[in-house]
Amino acid sequence: MIDRAWIGFTSKPRAAVVETGQLKFFALATGETNPVYFDVEAAKAAGHRAVLAPPTFVFCLASAVPPLDIRLADMGIDTRRILHAEQSFRHHSAIWAGDTITFTTRIADIWEKKGGALEFIAQETEALNQNGEICAHSRSVLVVRHQQGVV
Amino acid sequence: MAAVTTFLSAPRVGDVLPKGVHGPITRTKLALYAGASHDHNPIHIDIDVARGAGMEDVFAHGMLSMAYLSQLLTKWAPQDALREWSVRFTAITPVNAEVHTGGEVIELIERNGEECARVRIWARTAKGVTTLEGEAIVVVA
Repeated sequence: MIDRAWIGFTSKPRAAVVETGQLKFFALATGETNPVYFDVEAAKAAGHRAVLAPPTFVFCLASAVPPLDIRLADMGIDTRRILHAEQSFRHHSAIWAGDTITFTTRIADIWEKKGGALEFIAQETEALNQNGEICAHSRSVLVVRHQQGVV
Repeated sequence: MAAVTTFLSAPRVGDVLPKGVHGPITRTKLALYAGASHDHNPIHIDIDVARGAGMEDVFAHGMLSMAYLSQLLTKWAPQDALREWSVRFTAITPVNAEVHTGGEVIELIERNGEECARVRIWARTAKGVTTLEGEAIVVVA
């Protein structure tokens, strides 16, 4: 069972730079066809200051700099037993190549179902750009399957 | 039969977003997505790890299908019109599945002084299993 004392814990901030090459790679991997997501000239022609990051990229960028003070293994979780249960985003300001995004993650809640066979962890992450503007809020719910076959 | 709309025509309840079809989600696509997304969880790319965890095979990242849903939305409306959206991952997407995405306007609402469409969104495998379902709030005026 995950220690409920983790609820409310907030990570130290960590920063990542948005790279044009990574956005191009992401566009390739997701089959993106709109060039504002991978071509700087097309992005500028559409009024963007650089290549635009698509909506879920903020989640991926945060994964590049995971919080070292919130490690699932340190919570006693077997990471092979985790599934992503829910994901939501609130978008406030776009993210472009060249931006430096600073993430802070908070353990918002931990709860269980099916007599503890399933435990859920909700993490909320705030993404700020180099100007201190909030770009996005992300909320992820992970489910830990302590028993095989229970979903 | 509901009308398939582009965003330029004022959305109405019942409007259907242009569908997306992606895949099959091969092992190569999973490897590329792992690298591009910084999600290096081996359960999606290493069959030995997947079997060790009791799975039959590797399976697709849920966030890959959520990226497909973002394309569904950004092909319909400009990205800066997307205010918030959420999904539940309701089933695993097996390797080599084909993913179909769809959406429908279910309500027109005012949110923080803006006219918005509430859009139901979903992803399904070609076999008809719903893998993601959720909602998006998109500014329409």
